[in-house]
Amino acid sequence: MCSYITEIVAISGSGKGRNDWTPLDKAVIYYDHPVHAPFDHALNIDFTNSVTNERVAVELSAQSARDLIARIEAALNSGDAVHLGSQDAIRQKLAGGRQADLTTEHVPPFI
Amino acid sequence: MYRNLVCKEVLYQGHGNQTKNAYFAAPEGAGPFPAVVFIHHLPGWNEVCIETVRRFAHHGYMAISMNLYSAYGEGDADDIGARARADGGVSDEQMLGDVAGATAYLRAQAGANGKVGVMGYCSGGRQAFLCAGRLPDLDAAIDCWGGRVMVKDASALNANQPVAPIDYAKDINCPVLGLFGNDDKEPDPDQVNKTEEILKSLGKTYEFHRYDGAGHAFFDWSRPSYRPEQAMDGWKKIFAFLGKHLA
Repeated sequence: MCSYITEIVAISGSGKGRNDWTPLDKAVIYYDHPVHAPFDHALNIDFTNSVTNERVAVELSAQSARDLIARIEAALNSGDAVHLGSQDAIRQKLAGGRQADLTTEHVPPFI
Repeated sequence: MYRNLVCKEVLYQGHGNQTKNAYFAAPEGAGPFPAVVFIHHLPGWNEVCIETVRRFAHHGYMAISMNLYSAYGEGDADDIGARARADGGVSDEQMLGDVAGATAYLRAQAGANGKVGVMGYCSGGRQAFLCAGRLPDLDAAIDCWGGRVMVKDASALNANQPVAPIDYAKDINCPVLGLFGNDDKEPDPDQVNKTEEILKSLGKTYEFHRYDGAGHAFFDWSRPSYRPEQAMDGWKKIFAFLGKHLA
């Protein structure tokens, strides 16, 4: 059905829309009928610029949305460890540890 | 069938006496023609609405589909629908005002026979059921798999949709046709059965048709949910129902 199940969160960032990059300040998340993805229901996200009404839209299967949440968390945790200076995490990476999302590109130059 | 049609975008007076846009189609000729208001679903006022209105005209009906999202500007239907959703969607009161205005527009057309039915898919089906209870001058209502006609708990109600349509069932003043897929989750068969029980207990005139092998949105040829046999039978039921009650 058209569920009206909608979550809205303020965000800060940019996205590439129909023509060019645009600042984004709001994400509208809903689990409802997609326009294009071949599912009865999908996890849909509109990353929007509330001033220009531009949006970058995605429609994901429920499972791929859950997978994405997990990988976003993993990437953020690993990235925080590197970018926010967790020396232990970085040493673990350099020692061949199993921090899958740490890459040498993320290692700060002062190491 | 009527091969020659008049199809055009029109302006009408909707909720709050605001001028809004809609798509109108009718057979060429003097009539008299019955009429149908088609309510679009939550994702937007899209090409399906245009096709549906033209289909009714092809079968001898005046028909109109209002743009419930006219306040959200111009653009691709899915983009406008996204804006409306982010804003909480339109209220039931706005929808009722827009349907009432579109009904008046149809009755004012030369060639109208004065009989007007309302129909919608999905959220539009819910809204059509609500119209049956809230707009006493309608002559027929068609609910195609409308979810939340009967809510499972109060959390499904909000400021825009404060009352479940089933709570207005006692006020329904026109025949109701319901089409449902037995694999649908919202409305599921239990909800459909309970809705029917209430209409029956109230002595309302209704027809409910349930389809095996179909779920939600089984008319929608653009989606995997499309079920051609069930959809074509559903259209036969629609035209038989309207032919009986709007003639």
